[in-house]
Amino acid sequence: MSEPILKVRDLRLDIPVPAGTLHAVRGIDFDVAPGETLCIVGESGSGKSLTSLAVMGLLGSAIRRSAAELSFDGIDLQKASRRQMRALRGNRMAMIFQEPMTSLNPAYTIGDQLAEALRLHRPISKGDALKRAADLLRLVGITAAESRLRQFPHQLSGGLRQRVMIAMALICEPDLLIADEPTTALDVTIQAQILRLLVDLREKLGMALILITHDLGVVGRVADKVAVMYAGELVETGPAEQIFRNPAHPYTRGLLDCIPVPGRITRGQRLGTIPGIVPSLIGRQAGCIFRDRCPEAIPACTGDIPLRELARGHRLRCIHPQGRRIAEEISA
Amino acid sequence: MLGFILKRLGLALLVALTVSFISFSLLYLSGDPATAIAGESANAQDVQAIRELYGFDRPMLVQYFDWLWNALRFDFGQSYYFKLPVADLIADRLGVTMRLGLAAISFALIVAIPLGVVAAMRPNSLIDKLALFLSVAGQAMPSFWFALVLISVFSIKLGLVPASGSTSWRHFILPTVVLGYYAMPAIMRLTRAGMLEVLSSDYIRTARAKGASEGRVMFRHALRNAIIPVVSLAAVQMGFMLGGSIVVESIFALHGAGFLAWESISRNDLPTVQALILVFSMFYIVFTLLADIVNAWLDPRMRAA
Repeated sequence: MSEPILKVRDLRLDIPVPAGTLHAVRGIDFDVAPGETLCIVGESGSGKSLTSLAVMGLLGSAIRRSAAELSFDGIDLQKASRRQMRALRGNRMAMIFQEPMTSLNPAYTIGDQLAEALRLHRPISKGDALKRAADLLRLVGITAAESRLRQFPHQLSGGLRQRVMIAMALICEPDLLIADEPTTALDVTIQAQILRLLVDLREKLGMALILITHDLGVVGRVADKVAVMYAGELVETGPAEQIFRNPAHPYTRGLLDCIPVPGRITRGQRLGTIPGIVPSLIGRQAGCIFRDRCPEAIPACTGDIPLRELARGHRLRCIHPQGRRIAEEISA
Repeated sequence: MLGFILKRLGLALLVALTVSFISFSLLYLSGDPATAIAGESANAQDVQAIRELYGFDRPMLVQYFDWLWNALRFDFGQSYYFKLPVADLIADRLGVTMRLGLAAISFALIVAIPLGVVAAMRPNSLIDKLALFLSVAGQAMPSFWFALVLISVFSIKLGLVPASGSTSWRHFILPTVVLGYYAMPAIMRLTRAGMLEVLSSDYIRTARAKGASEGRVMFRHALRNAIIPVVSLAAVQMGFMLGGSIVVESIFALHGAGFLAWESISRNDLPTVQALILVFSMFYIVFTLLADIVNAWLDPRMRAA
């Protein structure tokens, strides 16, 4: 596998709130290499979107970012100036968002917005930019591309708008594409198409893809690597087939029990649920963040628990060696 | 776009027709016009003669269409007081009012929009609070008082600008500031609120994710969408300034249309009042129409409406 294009080590995001400091993201590590798909999985509020915005440098000024390392193709993103970040954004790293309905500017045509994305980074005439925009629309599977360029966002369906967003993100041929729940707002048949499209394009263009989702079904189909986040922490990370075949963290197992899998679940059987709610992240956190909801919790879970290697590339943040209580602990 | 403009134009004409009927009816709402013209000392015979002379004895609808037909040719009849054609009177005065109104709304827009944008970029900052203070002061201060303060400082103490009259552009400086400052707060607050809302929208995040500079995000992506309600407001204020600048016109002795309206109402000069109401309403209608067209240009979603 080639050198990672994006390296994140010990990423922390803190938000000052009236009641103290909200530690929204705590100590996240991950890498993505060209041609690789990393899926970041977790429920709402687990810090997945914040993490991706932190990489792009798109956090609001209220959020404090710190990391041991945050580098893109050797460029230290923590030291990069605003101008350097602008030159990277939309050019070498691009992002698409969850809400295609509101992510395009209602006042400009599709062509204007696509051409703008290209012309911000390349010295190219408007006419040539529009030709390239039409090529991109064809690439993402939009027919009658030239006439679409003259349309406004409100004249397109949600699925089409998300394709336009993808075309816009890809127009400068980025090395990294971050897709933040790109299919959540779309209906099921369109979801599959958009996902297929993203994976095809990743292969065709050889870029790195970070796909943020709460849908494990999606992960199973496209991921090379998986990072499972819970309440701002990375609880388990590793190669996708490893995570699916041998999920170690109780939270990951809980998530997998929530989805119906043909063959593993029989008709009429209840799907799993994870009881309880996500704890408040205001103030200092100690111990396992999942222990209040964990079926395997023991008193020692309140201590410090580092992320440790379980197998090659498969890491786990759990006090139990294999993520399960063993007999002596139960009797103890 | 052309279809949209034609549709709006048709609507505007209907509104204009309705307004014209209402302003015509004023003549009858204020009592028998023949008695009013004849004066207090007239006898019944004189009143009857005047009634026939002015055609008040004909059916009301006939009179209305007669009046409307004449109004379309800018013939609003004779002023009872000045004994001059109303059209000439208004034409004489309208220039001053138009100049003042245009100058005042331009002043208000040029100051208020950038102020609103800056306030929205840094909410709760010093500049935002300063802008808030300016707008509260503008809204709370009566314009006659503000006008007198300006006159006493800039005309009397410093002698920089003339205090009254309308012979040079320098005569318009103080009235423009007073009238413009009155319109400014609403424009500023609406711009700020609009910008704050737009800046938190997803497409602004998209623009930033594309690598657009902050200036480009603010002006090309945000302001264009935030300015839409401001355009409608400015149109209404413009109409208001043309018709309602009576206070400012009388303080600065600018003999404009607003001042003429006040004079004519106090003199019971009905043809002049009627014509002025019609003219002022037409301004409102024209400005609203223009605002609709500008907004349709700004926001393509409105073109379908």
